[in-house]
Order: sequence, then structure tokens, then C-alpha cells
Amino acid sequence: MSNRKLGAVMFLPAILYVLAVVGVPFVLAFIYSVGDVKIASVGYHFVGLENFRSVLQSPTFRRSLYDSVVFTVGTQIIVLVGSTILALALKEHFRGRGLVRFLILLPWVAPVSLGAIGWKWILDSLYSVINWVLIALHLVRPFEGPMWLGEPSLAMMSVIGVESWRLLPFSTVILLAGLTAIPRDIPEAAAVDGAGFWRTMFQITIPMMLPIVNVAVLFAIIFTFTDMTVVYILTRGGPYDTTQVLPSLAFFTGVLGGDLAEGAAISIFLVPLLMAVAYLMLRVAHRSEVA
Amino acid sequence: MVQGRGREILGKLVHWSIVVVFCVLLAFPFYWMLITSFKRTGDLYNLKNNPFVFNEKPTLEHLQLLFHDTLYLRWISNTAFVGALVVLITLLLSVPAAYGLARLTGRWGQRLGIGIFLTYLVPPTLLFLPLARLVAILGVQDSLWSLVLVYPSFTIPFSTWLLMGFFKSIPPELEDAAMVDGLTRFGAFLKLVIPISVSGILTVTIFTFTLVTQEFVYALTFISSESRQMVGVGVPIFLVRGDVYYWGSLMAACLITSLPIALLYNLFLDRFIAGFTVGAVK
Repeated sequence: MSNRKLGAVMFLPAILYVLAVVGVPFVLAFIYSVGDVKIASVGYHFVGLENFRSVLQSPTFRRSLYDSVVFTVGTQIIVLVGSTILALALKEHFRGRGLVRFLILLPWVAPVSLGAIGWKWILDSLYSVINWVLIALHLVRPFEGPMWLGEPSLAMMSVIGVESWRLLPFSTVILLAGLTAIPRDIPEAAAVDGAGFWRTMFQITIPMMLPIVNVAVLFAIIFTFTDMTVVYILTRGGPYDTTQVLPSLAFFTGVLGGDLAEGAAISIFLVPLLMAVAYLMLRVAHRSEVA
Repeated sequence: MVQGRGREILGKLVHWSIVVVFCVLLAFPFYWMLITSFKRTGDLYNLKNNPFVFNEKPTLEHLQLLFHDTLYLRWISNTAFVGALVVLITLLLSVPAAYGLARLTGRWGQRLGIGIFLTYLVPPTLLFLPLARLVAILGVQDSLWSLVLVYPSFTIPFSTWLLMGFFKSIPPELEDAAMVDGLTRFGAFLKLVIPISVSGILTVTIFTFTLVTQEFVYALTFISSESRQMVGVGVPIFLVRGDVYYWGSLMAACLITSLPIALLYNLFLDRFIAGFTVGAVK
């Protein structure tokens, strides 16, 4: 058997499996979104763009679209700034680096639903430890502490905070991999040539990190934009749908409401961003292939 | 000179304060799980007590509740069952696929490999509604088999990609020599490549297993019975009775589940990152 034929025989089972469990439902999501499928129904009727029309007219959907953008952008800013600082601080070897790495990785490694429920306890309306500290510092009066998950803007800040908490370690280790790949002599040579700390940082280290920053940001955008776990556990989209994001709305509409068609139409709104990220990711991969 | 010394000390100070602040921010919830797990209920819900320390003697009551009066152990064993089968399916499909794509199909295989990797970006929140219906049609709704069937959708792409990188780092001369000695190409793969790739295969096994424990959306959608839950859904959803949160037991469950996964993950972290950097780092 030729190499090519053997190769095909070896990879076909995996490709067929992935097509069956990713490709087929991916296509079905589009077919459902232009049909009238309910959880209990058997038949399928084509209804054109009816689901999209009803979704776009719904204030809850528009709110979720807006919340999804705020949630994603807010998280990216915190993660990008935080992980750059942290990666630069962890670059050199120092005593206790192994332990520090373990502690820092915990949020990413622990199952996300469990980390989120831990935060639900920290942000509890009555027993929040943050409020206890605020009261102890006399910054707020007893029983008047902020309702972290009960007020719209605080709730949004909380879900952004928890999502950032979870993604920061991931982004940090990726940036760290990029930093250690920068040849040591380049920043050193710059220092010899008289470039100061900030100049070396902004004109050499950070530009050299850019390709890997792209990768970290692209993954983080996908992980945030398509995540419903943090929102589901912390707020269930509340109060009054002010933290509802597209994936959680699709879940509530499609699974709990039983309207698969409208749920599918909502989740289709994730696709444009996925396509954009996939395209950019291919460019990164292509560039490194050429280099 | 003195100024240089001062700068060095200042630099160290800044460095350590950054490290400490981030450690506290990131690891604090786990400290909080730990202390909550062992606090007496009276201590936990007394607003006058300093919450950072034990004001009364620690207790094991929450752990006893968790292990004796909840389905926690059942959820753990469900997770282990699904995890083991998903690892098996993933290895059986992705090890040969990665070898075929890395070695036998040239540039074309490399492209196909990137294609497989990109499917990892397709999120559960896009696929879960059609999959819920497919699962119902197959008659495996509310059964762990639905998860066994669906989880390879994200474990195969990632594992294949990781293993492709691993196989490419093996010098091709090794297989050529074995084939001169009379082995077929497939024989060389089985008898030579697989044995020297044990560490790569182990990495994939660990990551497949941790991805299974971290999954939430599919388990929440497909499984409705409390006794058939996975640990990631059972703990945050079914340990809550009505509106009552048993915070002590809940936090104990979170900590006990997370720590072993975290320890395992740390051992294989560097390989895992290599998979995510898409070749942007050499």
C-alpha cells in the first residue's frame, strides 16, 4: 500500500467521526434556524427568515447581543493587560516559581462551573466576604453592602470579573511561551546600546510578542463569546436579563423553552465572529509555516 | 553604584508585589473553598465573626454530608466512566490520524490537520440544540452514553493536533531503518512509533480526561436525572435544594474535585501550551 493510501486509511475514521458530531449538527443548526422545530415536534416546515425576524424584534435578544459584546470586550481588556503584566513578571526564573505557577493556574484548570460557584459564595448577597471587608473598613454600613449579583451594572462587572479570572492564567501561560522564545541577546543588545527599561519594553519586547499575543487574544475571544457557564451559574442572565448573553439566551430559549428553531437562530449569531477568528487563526498558522 | 543597587532592590520589590497580588487574586477562591469546607455552620453564618479564620473549632460535618447524604460519589464515578470511554475513543481515532497526517500525506495532510484543529473552535453553545435532538433520535437522552458519543467532538481535534506535533519531532530515519529491517510502514508505526510516543499519548490522555471533567453545557442539556449527572453539573446544580445552598459541602466538593485535576494538569502544562500556540512559537 502506498504511503498516501495508508495515510488516508489512518486519518479517515477520525475525520468521519468529527464530521458526524461537529459537521452534521453545524449544518443542522442552520437548517433548524429556518424551520419550526420544537422539542416535542416531529415534522419540519421551512419558515424562511421568520425566526430571525422574531428574534431581532425581541428586546431580550437585542439586550443579549449588547451584553455579549460588553462581556467579551470587557473581559479581553482585563485579560490582555493583566496577563501581559503577569507574564513579564514570571519570565525570569526565581525561587518558588513552580508554586506560583501552580497557584496562578488554578482558575483555568479547575472545572469552570465549580470555580464559578465558588465566586457565587464570595459574592453572596448577605455573607459576601468582600462586603465584610468593606464593612470592617467602614466603607459601607452593615447590611448596606453592594448586591454584587443583584444590581445590573454590578452583576455585569461581576460576570466580567469572574470570566477574566478564569481566562487570565490561560493567556498568561501562552504569552509566557512567546516571551521565553524571544532570544535573550536582543533585549540585552538594546540595553547595551543605551535603551532604557521602558524603551526596550515597548519597542522590542512587546512588538516581538505580538504574534503570540494574537493567538492568546483569538482564543480568549472565542472562549468568552461562546461561554454560558459563568453567566448561567452566577446570575442565570439576571437581574432582568441584564447579564444575558447569546449562548445563555439560546439555552433558555431552545432547551428550557423548547423552541429549538428560535434557539438555533440565536446561536447562529455566534457564527460571524467564529468565522473571523478562524480566518485570522489561519493567517497566523500560515505565516509561521512560511517563516 | 549605590543608585544601581537601589534600582535593583526597587525592581525586586515591584516584581514581588506583582506576583503576590496576582497569586492572591487568582488563588483566593480556592483558599475560600478550603476554609468554608471546615467551618461550623454557626461560624459560617455569623456576620460578626471574622470570616478569614476559624472562630469555632473546625468540623467535618460538611464533608460527612457530602459523602453520605448526596450523590457526589456517584457523580465522580459517572465522570470517571465517561472519561475512561472518551479517552479510549479519542486515542483509537486520533493516534493513527495524527500519524497519517503528520507523516504520510505531506503538505496536504498538514492543511487537513489545521482544518481538524479549527473544528475545536466550534463551540458547544452552537451545536447543543441540534445535538440534543440527534441524541433523542438515537434514544440515548438522559444517559451517560450521549456524553460518551459527543465528547470526542472536541477531544479528537485537540488530541490529533497535539500528537501531530509530537510525531513530527520523531526523526523519520528511525522508521526508515525499521522498514529496511523488514517491517511494513504500519508495522513500524505499531512497534516503533507508538512505544517511543508513550509520553505524548499520556499527555493526550490527561487532557482528554480533564476536558471531560470541565465540560458543562452538554451535560446540562442532555442529562436530566440527578443520579446520572457528571460532577461538573451535579455539584453546582443539584447540591442546591430549592434556594438553599449548602455552602460548606458545596465548597468542599469544588475543592476536592479541582485539586487532583490541577495537579495532573501542571505536570503536562508545557506540552499543552505547545498545542495552543499554533506554531507561532518555535
